[in-house]
Amino acid sequence: MAVSSSRVLRSVLREEAFYFFTSIGNYTGQSAASLDEFLEKIKEVNIKSLEFHLYREDFEKWVAQTLGDGKLAEDIKGLRNMKVVGNALRDRLYFIVSRRLKDLKSAPQASR
Amino acid sequence: MKIKGQGVALDDLDWRILQILQEKAKLTYTEIGNKLDLAHSTVYDRIQRMEKHGIIKKYKAVVDLEKAGMQQITALMTIHTDPKEGEHIASKLAEFPEVLEVSSSFSEELVINAKVVAQDQAKLHSFIAQSIAPLPGVLRIRTSIITKKYKEETPQPFF
Repeated sequence: MAVSSSRVLRSVLREEAFYFFTSIGNYTGQSAASLDEFLEKIKEVNIKSLEFHLYREDFEKWVAQTLGDGKLAEDIKGLRNMKVVGNALRDRLYFIVSRRLKDLKSAPQASR
Repeated sequence: MKIKGQGVALDDLDWRILQILQEKAKLTYTEIGNKLDLAHSTVYDRIQRMEKHGIIKKYKAVVDLEKAGMQQITALMTIHTDPKEGEHIASKLAEFPEVLEVSSSFSEELVINAKVVAQDQAKLHSFIAQSIAPLPGVLRIRTSIITKKYKEETPQPFF
């Protein structure tokens, strides 16, 4: 199914943003309201937060359900299945999201 | 009980009646009167006046939800806020039925404290992530889930 790159790249409402937690109920104060911001936060947030959300499938759900990008959600799911942790997870997730961002920005009308 | 402008001064008998009611609000006026060696009409008058002036705010049942078969968890949240937004955040928190208590406290910085209940950890997290974290001015949240209660005293002692 074709994905509108402008839809995926848009900024969402405050209530729809991604909020980074390190464990149940422990909010880091970091949030992302767009895929660009999400990429920036991957570099900054506590590694525990990346591990917490990846293995709860929170990233996949937000990317697919809020941003509407099934392709990126599938890529993140693949990363989850690799059981990566620590800085390897940060690096790998950053690579996946930045690659997808580049693709989306180079195809402004529509992207598969 | 003496009325002084906006304030209300309670005498020793009033305090003793309040102490009894806090422990067992279902006692009749006669039963309270018997404990204090007072006529039930005196007890009635004093309680009526304390209700009228809002000293006795309400009577309620304290339910043991575990015995009632309801599974739930209780958590204590410490919410660090932008000082300008603290009041607003506390007011918003107080509107949620999941939030049982809200207060502010100061140690190194002003924080909002809240006691919250949820059916399970997943629902607790969803509530905090979707309803609390997005409030403007919330800087970070620390949450502790209560694992065991050693004391839960409802009556407030009068010092």
